[in-house]
Amino acid sequence: MTDVTTETVLSIRELSIALPKGADRALAVEGVSYEVMRGEIMCVVGESGSGKSMAANAIMGLLPKGVNATQGEVLFEGQDLLALSEKQHRTLRGLKIGMIFQEPMTALNPLMRVGAQIAEVFEAHDQLTPKERQARALELLIEVGIPQPEKAIRAYPFELSGGQRQRVMIAMALALEPTLLIADEPTTALDVTTQAQILALIRDLQQRRGMAVMFITHDFGVVAEIASRVCVMRHGKIVELGDARSVLKNPQDAYTQALIAAIPSNAVPPHRDIGQVAPLLEIKRLQKVFRSRGGWFKPAREVHALNDVSLTLARGETVGIVGESGSGKSTLGRCVVRLEHPDSGELLLDGVNLSQLKGDALRRERHRVQMIFQDPYASLNPRTKVGMAIAQGPIANGTPKAAALKRAGELLDMVGLGASAVERYPHEFSGGQRQRIGIARALALDPELIVADEAVSALDVSIQAQVLELLEELKQRLSLSLLFITHDLRVAAQLCDRIVVMQHGRIIEQGSAEQIFLAPREAYTQDLLDAIPGREAPVAATA
Amino acid sequence: MVYARLVLMRLFKAVIVLFLIVIFNFLLIQMAPGDPAAILAGEAGAADQEFLDQLRERFGLDQPMYVQLWRYVSGIAMLDFGYSYRLGVPVFDLIMDRLPATLLLTGTAFVLSLVLGIVAGSMAAARVKKPSGSLIMALALVFYATPLFWVALMSVVVFSVYLGWLPAYGLYTVGAGHTGFALVLDVAKHLVLPATTLALFFMAIYTRMTRTSMLDAAQQDYVKTARAKGLKPGTIQRRHVLRNALLPIITLAGLQAGQMVGGAILTETVFAWPGIGRLMFEALQQRDYNLLLGIFFFSAALVIVFNIITDVVYRLADPRIKGAS
Amino acid sequence: MSFFARFAQNRGALVGLVILLLMIAMAVLAPVLFPESPWRMVQRPFLPPFSQEGFLLGTDTMGRNVAAGLMHGAWVSLLIGLVSTCVALLIGVPLGAIAGYYGGLVDDALMRFTEFFQTIPNFALAIVLVAIMQPSVTSIVLAIAIVSWPPVARLVRAEFMSLRNREYVEAARLVGQSNSTIILRQILPNTLSPIIVLASLMVATAILLESALSFLGLGDPNVMSWGYMIGAARTVIRQAWWLSFFPGLAILLTVLALNLVGEGLDDALNPKLSRER
Repeated sequence: MTDVTTETVLSIRELSIALPKGADRALAVEGVSYEVMRGEIMCVVGESGSGKSMAANAIMGLLPKGVNATQGEVLFEGQDLLALSEKQHRTLRGLKIGMIFQEPMTALNPLMRVGAQIAEVFEAHDQLTPKERQARALELLIEVGIPQPEKAIRAYPFELSGGQRQRVMIAMALALEPTLLIADEPTTALDVTTQAQILALIRDLQQRRGMAVMFITHDFGVVAEIASRVCVMRHGKIVELGDARSVLKNPQDAYTQALIAAIPSNAVPPHRDIGQVAPLLEIKRLQKVFRSRGGWFKPAREVHALNDVSLTLARGETVGIVGESGSGKSTLGRCVVRLEHPDSGELLLDGVNLSQLKGDALRRERHRVQMIFQDPYASLNPRTKVGMAIAQGPIANGTPKAAALKRAGELLDMVGLGASAVERYPHEFSGGQRQRIGIARALALDPELIVADEAVSALDVSIQAQVLELLEELKQRLSLSLLFITHDLRVAAQLCDRIVVMQHGRIIEQGSAEQIFLAPREAYTQDLLDAIPGREAPVAATA
Repeated sequence: MVYARLVLMRLFKAVIVLFLIVIFNFLLIQMAPGDPAAILAGEAGAADQEFLDQLRERFGLDQPMYVQLWRYVSGIAMLDFGYSYRLGVPVFDLIMDRLPATLLLTGTAFVLSLVLGIVAGSMAAARVKKPSGSLIMALALVFYATPLFWVALMSVVVFSVYLGWLPAYGLYTVGAGHTGFALVLDVAKHLVLPATTLALFFMAIYTRMTRTSMLDAAQQDYVKTARAKGLKPGTIQRRHVLRNALLPIITLAGLQAGQMVGGAILTETVFAWPGIGRLMFEALQQRDYNLLLGIFFFSAALVIVFNIITDVVYRLADPRIKGAS
Repeated sequence: MSFFARFAQNRGALVGLVILLLMIAMAVLAPVLFPESPWRMVQRPFLPPFSQEGFLLGTDTMGRNVAAGLMHGAWVSLLIGLVSTCVALLIGVPLGAIAGYYGGLVDDALMRFTEFFQTIPNFALAIVLVAIMQPSVTSIVLAIAIVSWPPVARLVRAEFMSLRNREYVEAARLVGQSNSTIILRQILPNTLSPIIVLASLMVATAILLESALSFLGLGDPNVMSWGYMIGAARTVIRQAWWLSFFPGLAILLTVLALNLVGEGLDDALNPKLSRER
């Protein structure tokens, strides 16, 4: 898709980077070689801990303290970057090599105006007069497509959205027209529609300027979207390197194959008819408004997190709630489990209205609806043994301790961790394993309904696939009723019978997974679908 | 506009706090052992009956409690803090007389400790895990742990008694009749020891805070961004690290104002510095409770004024707060 | 790595621990080595240190043994430091926990209350309280506790606020655990390490406060304390510097030791946070 010339901009040869003593392995990167050509986007792909960002940091001379390149060379415009002094390296940064980072929310200095931060790039390399710098900053802001650039240049970062801040970062990185742009997971923290815009912007700028781009990501969807070539990394080594299209279509390495297979596919499972059963959960006209507490002289601000939301969920059915951040999807889930108190409306579970219960009355009903949380690291008390964490619920509801612990062991066995996990502490488990513990905990009270709030979004793709598989299996085995909240339409399509699309606290559209994917009625749903990176035309899976 | 509203709001709060302190003072007088009249008189029951009766009537101590409270509160609202019975002078006048000396001392010590603390803390942050950085932190720890009054006394022994470099007592040389620049110089000489000893403890606090805060700020993503721009380390430290690190220090400085008053009491006592701290010590020795409570109220008011100033400074330094309101 | 191994990695903390143990030994051995009251006049006044057998540190203005005063004073300092810190924790921890856990109006009310105490200059408040209640060990302990609980309440509140929306706490609410169980079993254990570190620093501050009160003549008239010794010798500083020097050194060493131990505890209890430093 881009005119790849043969001019090599960056050449990494046999690079090894050592981690400090006491790290989980000796080398972050081991004997890695690849090249980045002028006019191409080279994607470095890997899961967390693969060492994919390390080479980029070495190129920039921004390796953390204690982490050093021990072997190999990084050739850029004829000089070995690893041999440069800090001072020489500094003159290249920003001028010849630009870089953008993952977290636009924290990557800008909160106390400086946007314009001043862009102007700093020129100042760092003694270019232009202060007045010219401001003028160039404005031009750059226009080029990266910031709305109201004259206003944005005077704004502080907190006044901009995440996507806008990332555009500012890009403007800064491109200010001096570098030969090489390094983008380290630049869209990971963004919503899917914003991600699509930023990807388009990077691709567009790259083509216009003919830069070389080194793009680091964990997402094969993003790879499919923008990559010319791909380098797949695992445990600090390259497992596959080649032309993007051929790697995606025909991966040679087993790990790459597994990663690509783990991407939630576009194939929609055929519609499963639940038949006409009485609804288990009926949500009627639910309202929730968050009010920022005003001071004596400060007006309160209101956010309509839930605006007249109604839906039903049948026994044994899985309903997916899909939306971007701020859509109210999480608030809906938290209202259903009653971590939030809805302002008005009804939450009927098997005919009993849970929405207005309080205090002890609420506590007695809580066992009926349980939740699987997002963050596997925050969802377990670090000081409570795993068995106890699961048994706490039954104990609080009157089960004797010994029986509850025995049941905890059985549940841990069921989620694939083995009953011996009962005696261990959470920190002994990996993220995916912790998420299994969280699922076991949610099952411990034999709830009628389980709410899963972004239950797999904090996990690496390969782990994500395993946890989804477990959920699918438990669903079949225990005929669970599941409210599955996610920002990822693909994940929802895989697991859910029906999908509800939310935006700004309202339900935009609901229907069977098949219908939403193949024939969305609303424009916003279509936008969401289009924004999925690397998406090809969806197909109905042949069952 | 924003600041006017802020100051207005804070003043309103301040009035409430001061009102509560007045009530608290009133309760303390009631709570104290013995006759309130005797306490107001500054006598532990030693005054003759006639005098006490006279006082009771004068202060309305024969009146019901709420009337007494009303009189007390409305008196203070009119800046009438009553009399110091030991000195026979209105408390307000005494305090006003002594206030400038205290402001001079605490102001100097505050600026000194803040500037030196931030400099030392930045140096220590830049020299993490180096001997020089560790030395700064060790010194800061020692200053932090040293009783202020003891440093004061020891500095008198060393610099005044043994070396004879600096005067140890008072605000100026009594009887020298200095005027103009000579007087300023004389006062400055007298100020050196008290201000330095008072500043040492606070300098230690600011040093530790600055170092922690700068190390925190240096870990932030925006510092990596700044490095990626190719900025010089000095510019990054100044413009990105230090500016962000200063915010918690402003908050801390506000919180330390109360401590400064406490430090001033001890320092002024040792150096016979004629400020309200010394006055408090004198009131204490003479069991002049009315004066003591008057000074207490006044020092709280000073702290509140200082807190309002730090609040405004904080808002000037952090654009996020302005936008949020 | 075990708790003690991490603690011992910090050299300063070990030194602090040794000094602290020495001070405790002094306090415990005082009645054995100097069974007589430290207030008794036993020699001629103003005996310089190291000048006469049995009076290692000399005598004071009234001919009392300075070494005896120093050792008996250790007991008072440590006791008041420890007890007042415990009292401050008893006030601050529940207030902070309730404010942080429940939030809303309860939090508002409790925090205004805390702010009020933080606004009042704390040493001046301690002076006024002791002066009005009359100086005694009890009034000093109470006064120190009253001026030092607000930071505890603020710390505990902040910890509770950050933990109360942690997912494991929400999970505990969802399975039907009661508020008191959640506060005591889920949240409080996870706030203990910062509280312990703060408490060790508070003992140090309390010792400084006690010595300053005694220095101003607000010590318990029945017990010998370091602050009193310095205060009593203040007016004769030109003639007898050592009368102020040794008790001051004792305070400095004790407070320093407690701070060092506090830093060591911080390293040992929060290994991840301190590794960067």
